[in-house]
Amino acid sequence: MTEPIVRHYGPRAYPDHPPFSYPDYRSTVKRAPSQDLLGIVKTLTESTGPGPIWSEISEDDADLTTNAGTGGEAIGERIIVTGRVLDEHGIGVPGTIVEIWQTNAAGRYVHWRDSKRKAPLDPNFIGVGQCVTDEEGTYRFLTIRPGPYPWGNHPNAWRPAHIHFSLMGPAIGSRLVTQMYFEGDPLLPLDPIYNSAPGHSRERMIGSYDHDITEEGWATGWRWDIVLRSEEGILEESEEDE
Amino acid sequence: MTRHLGQTPSQTVGPFYSMRLAAEGDNVLPIPDGGQRIVVKGKVFDADGKHVEDALIETWQANPVGGYNHPDDLRELGQSREFTGFARAQTDFQTGEYRIETVKPGRVPDPEGEMQAPHIAMIIQGRGMLNPLFTRFYFSDELQANQQDIVLRAVPAGRRATLIATLDEGSDPPTYVFDVRLQGESETVFFDV
Repeated sequence: MTEPIVRHYGPRAYPDHPPFSYPDYRSTVKRAPSQDLLGIVKTLTESTGPGPIWSEISEDDADLTTNAGTGGEAIGERIIVTGRVLDEHGIGVPGTIVEIWQTNAAGRYVHWRDSKRKAPLDPNFIGVGQCVTDEEGTYRFLTIRPGPYPWGNHPNAWRPAHIHFSLMGPAIGSRLVTQMYFEGDPLLPLDPIYNSAPGHSRERMIGSYDHDITEEGWATGWRWDIVLRSEEGILEESEEDE
Repeated sequence: MTRHLGQTPSQTVGPFYSMRLAAEGDNVLPIPDGGQRIVVKGKVFDADGKHVEDALIETWQANPVGGYNHPDDLRELGQSREFTGFARAQTDFQTGEYRIETVKPGRVPDPEGEMQAPHIAMIIQGRGMLNPLFTRFYFSDELQANQQDIVLRAVPAGRRATLIATLDEGSDPPTYVFDVRLQGESETVFFDV
């Protein structure tokens, strides 16, 4: 019988990620493990994962300005958000699902827990989308620029505008949930969730305005690449090839 | 020279992830040929023993004969499009309980060529959690296999019990309880996978 391939992924680069406990973001303190993570042998369980496709996806899912299905269009600043999902060697990750959720232009989520504040809902906006990366690892969404919103972490706390991104990548070990922020947002230096990521890596979460993506008379364009933990060994092999 | 790019940092899923993740039905997998329906349920607890009301639970497992539905598993072990092996659930806001309906996984080889005990990998995320936590659970009615499992044997003996889902005797379908303790006494073993 053919043997399965057990790929060896490089380390999850914990020094590039936030710590588990980050007291400025208060809720982390009691939800962070106190013991060290235990390293385990590489087995097929962790070197595989769901996919590439575990749910039905239609092209309409990538257009959040109309996917409420009401026939109407969402209100707000229409934006294109696109980029590539890459591995650590700069190679695109094809065929992986990218799932997103976000507030509407007023900073309100379509979620029963977001009801304390009287920010308006938009009947033509549900704030969720998904797409699959193409052969180059490229994803693309059409959406509305989300708004900032207040939260209860500390006095006068406001989350900077952001879009939640969820990716699986090729294995459960490459699982990543993160947030895309917007270049130039004055709330970024004040946000403990953004700042929980170390200083040398947090700017990797910022999408940049890109005039080449902007479509005339239609929507402004933002570029944001996402880098997933990836297999080790490819680096050495490709150097030999060169 | 090949570029080396830094990993994009992880962020919390926050309290609103259920808009997109863990939709109704994502916690129920179909029963493939030869599969035995089981239920796995439990709660996630914080450092104070308070249940986490908004955790995202994701599970990844082999099918009943030990095959993963993934391109790297080249063995032909009854993989089908229908049984993804992937489930998502959220803990209930009121009760704190998650529930997954799946099948008992088959055994999968370890790197030394022995068979691992039946297990299901789990990823736990939530508001106030800046990184995903990875663990696995095993089954309380697989004592002998558990004793020989390469991963379980590497866990300090005093902490192994945190990775065992306990069969609720007499339950139908067989129901296993697997609680996750994020911090403190009996803290679940989390892996650097």
